[in-house]
Amino acid sequence: MPTILTPPEIDRRHDRGTDRHLDVNDGDNGGRRPPTDKRTGGNGDGENWSNRPQGRRGPRERLSAARVGLFFALGGDLMFFVALVSIFFVDKSSGHFDAYGVYVHSWKATVIPEILWKNTAILLLSSLTAEIARQRMFDEKLAMDEWLGLGRPVSGRAGIWLGLTLVLGSMFLAGQWMAWRQLAAQGVFFSSSMSSHFFYLITVTHAVHLFLGIGALIGALLVLWRSRSMLTRQVLVDGTVWYWHVMGVLWVFLFALLEFGQ
Amino acid sequence: MKIFSTHHRIIGFGYLLISSIAVAVGTGLSLVMRLHLTWPDWSLPLHGPVLPEEYLALVTMHGTLMLFFVLTVAPQSGFGNLILPAQIGTRHMAFPRWNAAGMWLMLVALLVLLSAFIVPGGAPIGGWTAYPPLSESSLAGPGQGFGMDLWLASITLFGIAGTISAVNTLTTIVKLRCEGMTWERLPLTVWGWFTAAMLSVIAFSVLLAALVLLFCDRHLQSGFFVPANEWINGVMIPHRGDGSPLLWLHLFWFFGHPEVYIAVLPGMGLTSMVLANFARRRVFAYKLMIATTLLIGLLGILVWGHHMFVAGLNPFAGTVFSVASLAIAIPSAAKVLSWIATVWGSKSKQIRLTTPMLFALGFVSLFVTGGLSGPILAQPILDEYLHNTFFVVAHFHLIMAMAGVFGLLCATYYWYPLMFHRQLSEPLGKVHFWCTLAGAYATFLPMHLTGLGGEPRHYAQLNGIVKPANDLLSATMPMQRHITYSALLLAVSQVFFFWNILKTARQPSMTEENPWQATTLEWAPQPADEDELIRVYREPCQYGARGESFSPQWKPEIPLQHEAE
Ligand code: HEM
Ligand SMILES: [Cu+2]
Repeated sequence: MPTILTPPEIDRRHDRGTDRHLDVNDGDNGGRRPPTDKRTGGNGDGENWSNRPQGRRGPRERLSAARVGLFFALGGDLMFFVALVSIFFVDKSSGHFDAYGVYVHSWKATVIPEILWKNTAILLLSSLTAEIARQRMFDEKLAMDEWLGLGRPVSGRAGIWLGLTLVLGSMFLAGQWMAWRQLAAQGVFFSSSMSSHFFYLITVTHAVHLFLGIGALIGALLVLWRSRSMLTRQVLVDGTVWYWHVMGVLWVFLFALLEFGQ
Repeated sequence: MKIFSTHHRIIGFGYLLISSIAVAVGTGLSLVMRLHLTWPDWSLPLHGPVLPEEYLALVTMHGTLMLFFVLTVAPQSGFGNLILPAQIGTRHMAFPRWNAAGMWLMLVALLVLLSAFIVPGGAPIGGWTAYPPLSESSLAGPGQGFGMDLWLASITLFGIAGTISAVNTLTTIVKLRCEGMTWERLPLTVWGWFTAAMLSVIAFSVLLAALVLLFCDRHLQSGFFVPANEWINGVMIPHRGDGSPLLWLHLFWFFGHPEVYIAVLPGMGLTSMVLANFARRRVFAYKLMIATTLLIGLLGILVWGHHMFVAGLNPFAGTVFSVASLAIAIPSAAKVLSWIATVWGSKSKQIRLTTPMLFALGFVSLFVTGGLSGPILAQPILDEYLHNTFFVVAHFHLIMAMAGVFGLLCATYYWYPLMFHRQLSEPLGKVHFWCTLAGAYATFLPMHLTGLGGEPRHYAQLNGIVKPANDLLSATMPMQRHITYSALLLAVSQVFFFWNILKTARQPSMTEENPWQATTLEWAPQPADEDELIRVYREPCQYGARGESFSPQWKPEIPLQHEAE
């Protein structure tokens, strides 16, 4: 077995590593920043990010680190719901023997309020607006306008759609609140039955997640408004929107489970 | 030094401080337990005699502190922050602010747990596994009221903090490796941290779900973990539904078994690297070591049922879990073989028996001794007798607690020059090692025997109880005395460690860059320029034929010639 493995990328950059400050072709500015530091978030502004140390290679790097982090965090979070849903199925099928030795299967489905259909539609719509906002963040033309000093069109355009998402998201949460009120009016509370435990547990834990999402949306809006760094804005909006999408898809599954799986 | 820093070194020290508090308290509790078991009439100064329920509180808090706040926090988050970034060639972690938040959350978790001692009713008494129905109701005993709620709150915070830390670790390893640091070139320590972080992300979430449900059962009359209409002490507690404690066991051990691997995987990785470095040889079968690390992580998720053989698990399920658990012995044995093979081929002139090396060898020894009882316990028919006896206590104290602590001490001696720019004294370190090793074995080996003799876990008193049990258990008393003396020896041996630290603190700081002549990147000279490119040229552990010459990962020159393998 060869002990020395030389991966291709080392060979490729070999000559550049030793005399990197002499390499001025290729738009390289000697590894330093260009004279006027206006970064667009692309790689086209004459600086070779690859020659910078790890962690300082420009926008894509932080963005993709944020995405990877979000991926792992959401992976863990999904395990939380996987656990809940598994317990749901276990409890749905369990029963007990009564005093006469008769097996009793006491699961009774909770009737799901109609309003959840509307809420689901609203949440899906909010994912759409969120996605449009995210796309605006990476719109090259808008970025170019901003770089040329024509105001802050990126923040403006994305902010509108993100604000819309915030409104729709809040409507969803309000809708969930109404669903809980409707059930309570019918005398169905958390402690009423095994299936009502799950209804509340699933909807409330999901609502908590969306609540955090609303917080992230507000944070992203603030950053859009205040921050000058394109990168910070992109990372925040991108992360928030991906989180929002995942919570939306998750809700579709949870809703289907409650509506058809009981 | 700023307190609210987002620098990973300071966060790493913060985590180590949290663990130091936990280990000090946890050790104190264990000594009180031992003294009480051996001399039940002994009265704790400033407190009085130890009551049975207090004994149970001691067991619970000892286990929780040690497993969560010492063996999980220190290797994974503590050294993970102090060393990992340098080892993969990055100047910061992926998410410094989240990292800091996680550390502070962890401190809050510890304080919440410790505060259980001073609330009415005292600390919880249900063990670190918090089995229902006893964890469900404040009627189950003192400490099961507010104390238990604090326990729940603490472990919830712990789970969140642990997840934050794990996500940060994973992202750092995936995204921030320096130029040339391919996956095959990652030191095995990093593989240990990576796998442990992976397990944390998966396991802690499931634990959180279980904790939420337990909270609902306790306060919202749901019945996930207890059948409808539970009776405790003559009082009926209404619950809805057909829950079962078995469900808690499934959820808890789905977390619990990966958790024990989270505790030991970083130590395994460090052991591989330290053995290779002081034997001046490559790690035997490096790629296989990576594979076994990942395989242990994977299998670790699939074997939780071996904690439930006698809890009412379907016997067929028990067989499946038994086979899966025995299968874990294969990658574990492969690791042990590689450790032995790495050291074995080293010529006697070239092997360097320094203190970190001794602790790494101690790790191997303890891992083997404790591991041998694993496959015994993993057979349902044997476990039927051994479950809930001290045999299990012996198993996990050797393989997890002692191996884990040896890993931590190895890390401390090995990385001390990086942490404090000083080197701990070798003679004192060796005395510390031999006393600790002797104390560890003298304390935990005899527990196999008392366990086989029938000593149950979580019993506050072994003599002076009803007749037949008394005959059985008081026969173990001479052994109990021996264990207690050994435990005291083990604790007192740590004086050498603190003496060593105090002694070196007064010495001038050292200037030598790489005192162990190590090959991994954390020992590379600090670049003067912050923007300088960090780059790695080869795998770790490349030593010349005689062991004197070595090519560190960061040196660009042509690698050395190797003896034919
Ligand atoms: C060959 C591999 C191993 C096997 C087959 C194995 C098997 C078992 C079994 C069957 C039990 C349950 C005994 C009972 O409660 O009746 C057990 C308990 C335990 N094992 Fe292992 N084990 C192995 C390795 C490990 C490792 C590497 C660690 C930790 C680093 C560990 C830590 C523990 C702990 C903490 C417990 C006790 C948990 C408790 O009840 O409080 N084991 N082991
Ligand atoms: Cu286990």
